[in-house]
Amino acid sequence: MIPIEKKIDILRIMYLIREFEIASRNIFKAHLAKGEFLGALHNCDGQEAVAASIGAILRKDDYVFTTFRGHGHSIAKGAEPKKMMAELLGKKTGYSKGRGGSMHMFDPSIGLMGGNGVVGGGLTLAVGAALSAQYRCSDQVSVCFFGDGAAAIGAFHEAINLASLWKLPVIFLCENNLWAATTPIKFGCPIENISERAKGYNCVGKSIDGNDVYTVYETFLSAVDRGRNGNGPSLIECKTYRHHPHCMVIPEHRPKDEKQMWLQRDPIPKFEKVLQNENILSNHQQEKIRNEIKKIIAEAIKFAEDSPLPTVDTLYDYIWA
Amino acid sequence: MRDITYTAALREALFEEMEIDESVFLIGEDIADFGGVFGVTKNLLQKFGRKRVCQTPISEGAIIGAAVGAAMTGLRPVAELMYVDFILFAMDQTVNQAAKLRYMSGGTVKVPVVIRAQQGCGTCEAAQHSQQLEAWFMHTPGLKVVIPSNPYDAKGLLKTAIRDDNPVIFLEHRMLYSARQQVPDDTWTIPFGRAEIKKSGKDITVVATSLCVHKALEVAKDNHFDIEVIDPRTLVPLDIDTIAESVVKTGRLLVVHESIAQCGVGAEIIRLITEQYFKAFKTAPKVLGGAYVPMPFAKVLEENAVPQKRDIIETINNMMKE
Ligand SMILES: Cc1ncc(C[n+]2csc(CCOP(=O)(O)OP(=O)(O)O)c2C)c(N)n1
Repeated sequence: MIPIEKKIDILRIMYLIREFEIASRNIFKAHLAKGEFLGALHNCDGQEAVAASIGAILRKDDYVFTTFRGHGHSIAKGAEPKKMMAELLGKKTGYSKGRGGSMHMFDPSIGLMGGNGVVGGGLTLAVGAALSAQYRCSDQVSVCFFGDGAAAIGAFHEAINLASLWKLPVIFLCENNLWAATTPIKFGCPIENISERAKGYNCVGKSIDGNDVYTVYETFLSAVDRGRNGNGPSLIECKTYRHHPHCMVIPEHRPKDEKQMWLQRDPIPKFEKVLQNENILSNHQQEKIRNEIKKIIAEAIKFAEDSPLPTVDTLYDYIWA
Repeated sequence: MRDITYTAALREALFEEMEIDESVFLIGEDIADFGGVFGVTKNLLQKFGRKRVCQTPISEGAIIGAAVGAAMTGLRPVAELMYVDFILFAMDQTVNQAAKLRYMSGGTVKVPVVIRAQQGCGTCEAAQHSQQLEAWFMHTPGLKVVIPSNPYDAKGLLKTAIRDDNPVIFLEHRMLYSARQQVPDDTWTIPFGRAEIKKSGKDITVVATSLCVHKALEVAKDNHFDIEVIDPRTLVPLDIDTIAESVVKTGRLLVVHESIAQCGVGAEIIRLITEQYFKAFKTAPKVLGGAYVPMPFAKVLEENAVPQKRDIIETINNMMKE
């Protein structure tokens, strides 16, 4: 059973991710209108249930390796919206001090081991973090988020094989949103459920509804238990959908009816309804949380806009430790 | 004459070579229905079908490996990499395999593969999407390296690349895709190893590649010095004679490129010229290249990590003083 406060927390984080994504798109567009290009922006609206449920389970010292579509995972791991927003604008006060941008936000102090611009780039690194936890006799777990597209990268197979062989505490968390850039899953993957691949590596595999908070929560919780208890990795495939095109520069090309169907499965109203039915969320409370979130986002934007840019004389900072 | 973009020029080259030669096919990510994220292969699916426009999963190792294997067995694949950064997943297939197969087999195997890759900076895409790796490939015996700076060269060189019997790395700069140029109505090819003097001059030789050719030409246009701008167009093979002839005339050599200066293209060009034509220099030769830093995200840093027009002007002024 999930404690009530945790349920509300999950909803809060879902709101926060959604609002952050909306704000980031608006900022991107506003800058574009001024002729400034803010790089690659990959939003995750529609996939919030996965990030938020997982964030509610992980400890601060657990590791998360995310992707180019990593705002949600970062927020769920405890990243501060204002430092994220500042990074989006390339500011000195951003998570990577303006060096990383949307795709590369790091905060090792909360176990956020970074976004990755390379599809599948985090898979083997997550295995290494798990190896490190095992080596240090710690019960931390290491989570690697990746997309359905990344399951075709050779590194996926190397990572899961090694993790299973050495019983490393990794959770390979695949968000299957049916598309890899403009390529539909049927051109990328010959099986129905990516989790079936776990079998070939003697690893636990589950494919679940990624838009359902309780399902994600429970499945992930048992994977974390497995990891903490030394029973090795898990491969979880969350079926979900992104509400927006791959990134800001790619126009929508997915079938209208498919998108419509998934919009109706939006994880946020879905979870609101669940909580209302359980009588733990009133309209008033919902409104209150939403307003709090709006305020956090507004403050984040202001912080980011008011922050200074890095200066040119710092170009060579941070190359070396 | 007619006006076309760099993108259209590349597409024409692919189209024409696919029409002439059934063994030419395309392989890469997002290249079929969408026509490539930069639009180079747009409509080729409609014309040639899925057999010849093979859209792959995200598997760079398999894309390049399969292209190399197909090339070893009689086909002429043209592989597309969305960003050159991702060739690093396929460095075994590129460097250990493609580049060496001809030699290791004592000349019995042939690998006519083209690897087209988009590269460059200028769009704030940070360290893993902004590398320019021509020097890595120049360092590998067995790979030809092509780096066109305008639509005319892009088309002519890509056609030559496809007809070449060796592995060719073909590097396209993303800020050049929309560049336009007047080109002939009919078709053409451009031989490898032929630099082009894009503007002649007698005071200083500026060798520039890719996007920097344009920066150099703009500087040369209204400058009180008479600047000669040379675009090597292919780095392997490199037309060192054209550069040497120019340096003998001007006595000054500046090489400009966005890829990193350290162990880079300019260093190599200067090595070759200095070893043979040391006495021609009136002043020390110089390289303006990318800073030795992973590409930063913030615009203000990104701009300062690669040579800009103001840097070229300042360097030329200094070199002319000496
Ligand atoms: C190795 C590599 N190849 C190609 C790309 C270009 N690219 C960026 S995102 C993407 C699609 C990724 O799809 P998926 O893994 O399913 O993640 P999603 O976008 O659905 O979150 C591609 C092809 C890349 N960044 N890295």
